[in-house]
Amino acid sequence: MSEQLTGAQALIRALEHAGVDTVFGIPGGAILPAYDPMLDSTQIRHILVRHEQGAGHAAQGYAAASGKTGVCMATSGPGATNLVTPIADAYMDSVPMVAITGQVAGAAIGTDAFQEADIRGITMPITKHNFLVTDPNDIATTIAEAFHIASTGRPGPVLVDVTKDAMQTKGVDFQWPTELSLPGYRPVTRPHPKQVREAARLIVAAEKPVLYVGGGVIRARASVELKELAELLGIPVVTTLMARGALPDTHELHFGMPGMHGSVSAVGALQRSDLLITLGARFDDRVTGKLDSFAPEAKVIHADIDPAEIGKNRAADVPIVGDCKEVITDLIAALKTEIAGAGRTPSYDAWRGQLESVRAKYPVAYDEPEDGTLSPQYVIERIGKIAGPDAIYTAGVGQHQMWSAHYLPFEKPGHWLNSGGLGTMGYAVPAAMGAKVARPDKTVWAIDGDGCFQMTNQELVTCALEGIPIKVAVINNQSLGMVRQWQTLFYDKRYSNTDLHSARIPDFAKLAEAMGGVGLRCSDKESVDATIDKAMSVTDQPVVVDFVVHRDAMVWPMVAAGVSNDEIQIARDMAPKWEGEEL
Amino acid sequence: MSKHTLSILVENKHGVLARVAALISRRGFNIDSLAVGPTEHPEVSRMTIAVSVDEQPLEQITKQLNKLVNVIKIVELEPTQTVQRELLLVKVKADTLTRGQVLETVQLFRAKVVDVAPDAITIEATGNPEKLEAMLRVLEPFGVRELVQSGMVAIGRGSRSISDRTLRPVPVPPPHVQTGPPNVQARPAGAGSSHHPVPAPPPGRTAAAVPNQH
Repeated sequence: MSEQLTGAQALIRALEHAGVDTVFGIPGGAILPAYDPMLDSTQIRHILVRHEQGAGHAAQGYAAASGKTGVCMATSGPGATNLVTPIADAYMDSVPMVAITGQVAGAAIGTDAFQEADIRGITMPITKHNFLVTDPNDIATTIAEAFHIASTGRPGPVLVDVTKDAMQTKGVDFQWPTELSLPGYRPVTRPHPKQVREAARLIVAAEKPVLYVGGGVIRARASVELKELAELLGIPVVTTLMARGALPDTHELHFGMPGMHGSVSAVGALQRSDLLITLGARFDDRVTGKLDSFAPEAKVIHADIDPAEIGKNRAADVPIVGDCKEVITDLIAALKTEIAGAGRTPSYDAWRGQLESVRAKYPVAYDEPEDGTLSPQYVIERIGKIAGPDAIYTAGVGQHQMWSAHYLPFEKPGHWLNSGGLGTMGYAVPAAMGAKVARPDKTVWAIDGDGCFQMTNQELVTCALEGIPIKVAVINNQSLGMVRQWQTLFYDKRYSNTDLHSARIPDFAKLAEAMGGVGLRCSDKESVDATIDKAMSVTDQPVVVDFVVHRDAMVWPMVAAGVSNDEIQIARDMAPKWEGEEL
Repeated sequence: MSKHTLSILVENKHGVLARVAALISRRGFNIDSLAVGPTEHPEVSRMTIAVSVDEQPLEQITKQLNKLVNVIKIVELEPTQTVQRELLLVKVKADTLTRGQVLETVQLFRAKVVDVAPDAITIEATGNPEKLEAMLRVLEPFGVRELVQSGMVAIGRGSRSISDRTLRPVPVPPPHVQTGPPNVQARPAGAGSSHHPVPAPPPGRTAAAVPNQH
């Protein structure tokens, strides 16, 4: 059964078949044909953004908050190149996303035509796969393949570039495929039983095991299983920046976030461990610090759905290729068998006790600024308290991101959206927009910096017009704070080009109002709660709160770049002690 | 570093060579030689890539190549179990005085003369890289005017084939299922003129589409 459509109608029809309900995009010359049938779709809501980068990050936020594949659309040339940053971001953080771009007519390809860019070539290294469609009869199958590839295995972005003439062709025989031919794409999701048994043996034999949990556990929706695994034997857990919320922060087995700005207990747990049970994490340099001194005594179990991650940075003693949910489920069963066979349950009480004392002794904490200005950590902490763990939080990149990672309440998976791998400033506002569209029932807070906010705040206009009432907290320290922190610590306080003067210009509250939102401002501790309450009470408009904070607050703990994690400092020139020795 | 020969079966699609070559380059490896051509299956091409790398990075590059959707299979060919061939065309100076000696070399290496001019001859030779290198060493003193060489192709010895598996299709993913709360704004009534029915989702898929909330 098939019917005759134009290529553009086939494209929209295919998106409907793929289950798309929201597209973030901007029309333009080459994608114009697709926007005509878009108008007729009762299934797809198109959200007209103000910059293509916003469309891409919104699709990411939508995907991360809903678990579905996010979709963005742009025209050829500059429209497509503006999508490059979010595509690269989605690639690094394994976000399922399909980007549709218009391309100049097939006959014009390669002639440097108006608004021509080889977006397929440009995005080859930053997409899971990409397509150039010149034959309108290939549209349905390509869209089906794109969604299949984006959402299965290790999720990631897929770009589909469609020529304008393919969309304009009439008489296309539309058929949604019942089978896809992808002989080179067979992601392994079932872990090998032998490897899982071997992992169980190592765990039972270990004395100081740690569950090193990464974003893969969030993407695999394996939080329930993770909790069961951790509780089965009482194994300490650390959650990376991408995995915050995979195990509740308040869980007694949770020892914090590891890494360059991780907590002492989490960094120490990895450094002193004799077995890393790595689940959906990739030994990123921000976690390991100097690689050859990372967790020097530990054997490594490494489970990941992407075989290329295993052994990439750190050799694995037991590699397991598979979906985290299935790996953990099988591992729980294998551990039970192993314990029954051995007739005794391993105890990690001494190890856990050691970590508990470190956690108690070195909690992640901050000092109030001495000059009476507002503490950025306090602001973030209060937002977390008032909005609670049920809200969805997004962040930009920098100091406010790290403070958010430490001081927001992470109790559930899928409530923390940030740019971890690529570190894209400007992610927060459009990602919050996408998340709010996916979960309109949730309060969505974008915790942003004054630098980040000035990169993508144009999407507040989109939010105001489309009825997407997000809340934005601009943690305004009047500078590119993280860079300033490095200049303070490593560049002799020579503040080259990090002063943004944003206490004065722009007026963020007025800016918010000009863009159709509510603008608030707060610069003293006493009015923080009242201001947050006021922002919470606005439910029909976007709200921006300009929190003018102390400009020299720093992110601690910190491991300086290129040194061992053992050199962690809890404040400037202050190293923690580890059972009498320096950590 | 050691030399390795990879045979890569790829889908015969536009841009595959660019994907493979760019991936090897951006992961920091150098290609010594690359040859690509059709196979016994019209929809499959075969690349033979020679690289000089250590064992561990080779594993990483193989895994990364395997992630390319158009790459079907990668096999490392063991030199002792493999027939390796390159094709070489070389134009050598040869006048009436030296032509005899040049032709002797051609015979010695079981090469062929494919073109003759008064002061030069063009020789075609095939063989493994070592043989061709040896022949060039002998020809060098006569004066090599021009040289062109193909990439190496290689095939495993014995009756087994690396390409005997079929190109099997994978089942189409069911369309994503609408879950969770509806969108913020209802679309105005009558905005759509043609409502397309969407196939009903298969039962039991609903829960899979949202992260586990608890």
